[in-house]
Amino acid sequence: MAFVLNGDEVAPAIEPDASLLAALRGPLGLSGTRYGCGAEQCGACLVLVDDAPAYACTLPVKAVAGRRVTTVEGLGSEAAPHPLQRALLDEQAGQCGFCLSGITLRAVALLRTNPTPKAAEVRAALDPQLCRCGSHNRIVRAVLRAAAEMAA
Amino acid sequence: MNLAFRNAVEGGDEKPKLPGSLQVNRRLDRWLTLHAEGHASIHPGKVELGQGILTALAQIAAEELDITLAQLRIVPATTPGSPDEAVTSGSLSVQESGMALRHVCAEARAICLEVIAQRSGVVREDIAVHDGVFLAPDGRVLGSYWSLANADLLRVEGTPGIELKPATARRLAGTSSARLDLPDKVFGAPRYIQDLRLPGMLHARMVRPASRGAALLALREGTLPDDAVIFRDGSVLAAIASAEHHAEAAAARLALRASWSDAATLPDEGSLEAWLEAAPAEESVVLERLAETPPPAHRVARRFFRPFLAHASIGTCCAIARWEGEVLHGWTHSQGIYNLRADLAKALRMPAENILLRHVEGAGCYGHNGADDVMLDAALVARAHPGRPVRVLWSRAEELGWGPLSPAMLVLVQAEAAADGSLLRWSQRVVSNGHSGRPGRGALPTLLAASMLADPFPVPPSINPPLAGGGGGQRNAVPQYRVPALRIDLARVTEMPIRASALRGLGALVNVWAIESAMDDLAHAVGEDPLAYRMRHLDDSRARDVLAKATEMAGWVTRGKREGIGQGLAVARYKGTGAWCAAVVEIEATERILCRRIWLAGDVGEVINPDGAINQYEGGAIQATSMCLLEAVRHDARTITSDAWERYPILRFSEVPEVETHLIARPEAPPLGAGEASLGPVIAAIANAIHDALGVRVTRWPFTPENIALAMEDK
Repeated sequence: MAFVLNGDEVAPAIEPDASLLAALRGPLGLSGTRYGCGAEQCGACLVLVDDAPAYACTLPVKAVAGRRVTTVEGLGSEAAPHPLQRALLDEQAGQCGFCLSGITLRAVALLRTNPTPKAAEVRAALDPQLCRCGSHNRIVRAVLRAAAEMAA
Repeated sequence: MNLAFRNAVEGGDEKPKLPGSLQVNRRLDRWLTLHAEGHASIHPGKVELGQGILTALAQIAAEELDITLAQLRIVPATTPGSPDEAVTSGSLSVQESGMALRHVCAEARAICLEVIAQRSGVVREDIAVHDGVFLAPDGRVLGSYWSLANADLLRVEGTPGIELKPATARRLAGTSSARLDLPDKVFGAPRYIQDLRLPGMLHARMVRPASRGAALLALREGTLPDDAVIFRDGSVLAAIASAEHHAEAAAARLALRASWSDAATLPDEGSLEAWLEAAPAEESVVLERLAETPPPAHRVARRFFRPFLAHASIGTCCAIARWEGEVLHGWTHSQGIYNLRADLAKALRMPAENILLRHVEGAGCYGHNGADDVMLDAALVARAHPGRPVRVLWSRAEELGWGPLSPAMLVLVQAEAAADGSLLRWSQRVVSNGHSGRPGRGALPTLLAASMLADPFPVPPSINPPLAGGGGGQRNAVPQYRVPALRIDLARVTEMPIRASALRGLGALVNVWAIESAMDDLAHAVGEDPLAYRMRHLDDSRARDVLAKATEMAGWVTRGKREGIGQGLAVARYKGTGAWCAAVVEIEATERILCRRIWLAGDVGEVINPDGAINQYEGGAIQATSMCLLEAVRHDARTITSDAWERYPILRFSEVPEVETHLIARPEAPPLGAGEASLGPVIAAIANAIHDALGVRVTRWPFTPENIALAMEDK
C-alpha cells in the first residue's frame, strides 16, 4: 500500500479499496486534489500516476502501490512555482479556481509528451477537464506561455 | 439579492445619505480596523465567489488610505462581526461594499490626519501619507496609522459628503492588481470550505428521496461501514462517520435500504412550455406607456422558451456545523450569511443571535445554488452530535439536481414598426416562477431540508424583486430602444414543483435574447443593417458607444458573407441601471452550432481592476455560450434526471470561443459591477448569428440541432 507521493514514500492508513482521492484528502492531509463528481467526468481530482493522468476519485489506493503519484502540491510552491503555475498567475488564469489543480496536472502531462503544443492541441488535451467560470482561454494561454518558457 | 433589493422592498431609511452599505452599517469601525502591528484590516460583508471582489475591495481601501496592498488584510465575513450587506449578488458589490469602504477609508484618513496635525502642529494640508506613514513637508515622520491604532478614532458614524481622493490621483484603484486569492488556488493550498478540517470533525452525506416531495416511509436495518451512524428527522436522512469515505459508503447503503412514498409532482419535460402557460400565476404590469400610434407597416410576434438551468458549480456544496450548548457555529460559502442566519433560525426554531456563521470560500456558484441548503443539513445533523463539528458535502447528483434551479421561462414579444422602420409599439410578457428563493426574505424558510423535517415547513413559491431592485423574471424586459407605446407584463407562476432561484443574470438572459431577436427581425423586415437599425433607436449614448466599439473590433461593417458562418450582434445595459455590454459573435453552423469568436465592448464606469472586470465579461460570455448552446435541466415526472455531467453537458475547452474584450474607460463615472453584463448580449448575439447563417430564428433553448430544426418548421 506504500507509494511515492510528491517524492516522499507514504503509507496511508486507509482500506486498500478506498479511492486515492479519499487517501489524499483524508489521512494524507492534502486537499489540493478536489472532489468534483466522483465519476471521472470533470477532472477536478486529476493526479499523475507515474507521469500519466489518472482520476483519483475512482482509482483504488491499492492500484498505486509502489508507484509515483504527483498532486498539485508536488508541482511547486509559491516560493518555487512550477513554470505552469507561474504562467497561470501571470495570465490570472482562474476565477473560482476549483478546477485548476486537475487542469494543471493534465497540462503538465501534455507538456511532458508534447513540449511545444499548438493551441488546438492544448484545448484537445484539456477537453476532459471542466471549468464553469469561463477561464478556458486564459488557461490555454498559460499553458502555451509555460511551454515557451520551458523550451527556452 | 442585495441591499438594492432590500431598499426596493422595504423602502430606504430617513438617515442622511451615505454611500452603499454604509447607509445601513454607519459606524466606521464596523468596516475598518487599524492595527499597531503595522497593518489595517477591512471587514466587508460581501464575499469572494471567485469573481475577485476581495481584490477590488482591497484596492479601493488601500487607495483611499494611501497604504500598500501588503499592508491590508481582509477579515472573512461573519455574523455578527461583519456589516450586514445582505447578499453578494446582482453585480452590486463594488457599488454597495466598495463605495462604503471608499468612504470609510477616506474619512478614516481624514480623521487620522487631523489628529496628527493637532499633535505635531504641522498644517493638515501639508501632511503627506505614504504607505501608512504621515510625513511633514521636510520628510519628518509625524506618525502613522499604526501609531493611532489604539486611539479609538473610528468609533464614529460616517459623515455624509466626505471628500474622496480625486480620480486623477488614484494609483491603485484602476490598475490590474493580481488576484489576492489566486496563489492559494493555483498551489492547492487549503482555502476552500471543502478543505477545512476541524479537530474531532465528523463527515456526513445526505440521502435524498427517490422523487421530489417524497416522504421516507421506512429504513431497512443493516450494517454500516466502520463507525457510521444514521441521522433521521422526518424525511431528512444522512449517514455520519469519522472518515469521509465511510460516510459516503454508508449513505450509499442507506439509499438502498430506504423506501420512499411515490410522488409524481413534476411537469412533463416535453410540455414545460404548456405547463408555464397553464399554471396559476400572479399577474402584474411591470411598465406601461400609453401612446396613440399609426397602423404598423411591420410587425413581429415571437415566443421564446427556455427550460430550467442549473448553476453547475465544479465544486459541490459544503458546510460545517458545531453546536456548543444552545449556540450553533456554522462555516458556510453562502452568498448572504445574515440572510442564511435568518432562515436557519426559522428552520431550527431558535433565536438568530445564537447562530454564529463564518464565511469560507467555495467554488464558483453563479447565483443561489445549494450553499445555503447544505448549511441547514449540517446544522441538523450536528445537533445530534453536540460539541462535534460535522461536515456535510453534497454529491454531484445533489449539486446538479437538488439545489435551486433557474426557472423555465416563456417570453412573448410583439413589436410594431412604421414603414420607415421606426418602432411604434412594444409589448412583452414574461412567464416564469419567481427568480429568487433566497433565504431571509419571508416568513418561511426556503432551505431545502426545512420542508422535509418531521415537523415540516411549507415551501414558499419564489418571488421576483421589484424592477427598482433589479427585477427577477422581468429583469431587462423593458427594451432600451425608443418606442412610443410600451407594455411589459409579468406572470409569476406560483406553483413551484421545482425549486427556483437566482442564476447569474436572472430573467435578463431570456429577455435580452427575446428583445434583440425581435430587433433583428424588424431590421431585416425593414431591410436595414441590424447595427444601423439599433443605433437609430438608441438614445443612451453609452449604449451606442459600446455597440460602436464592439462592431468596430469585429469589423462588422466590412464583414463578408461566408457559407456556414454567421455573425450577430446584441447590446444591453444590465438591469437598465448597471453595466453596458455589446457583443458581436461569429458562429459556425455545421452539424451543430459552434461559437468561434466573441467581441465584447463594455462600460462599467470607473474600472477598479481592469483585468478583473475583463475576466468577468469574458467568463460570462463563455458561460453564456455554454448555457444557450448546450444546457437544459432534464427531468421526468418524479425527479431531476440531469444529475450527472454526462446528462448536463457544459462547454468544453475545444468548443470555447476566442473572446476579445474592451472596456471603455470612464474614470469619473460611478463604478458598476461587471459580473453579469455580458451574458444576455452574448446569447442574443449567438441567436442572431444563427439567423445570419441559416435564416432561421431560434426561439427554443438550447440552440441544438433539434431546436433549430423546430425553428425551421416554424418558418
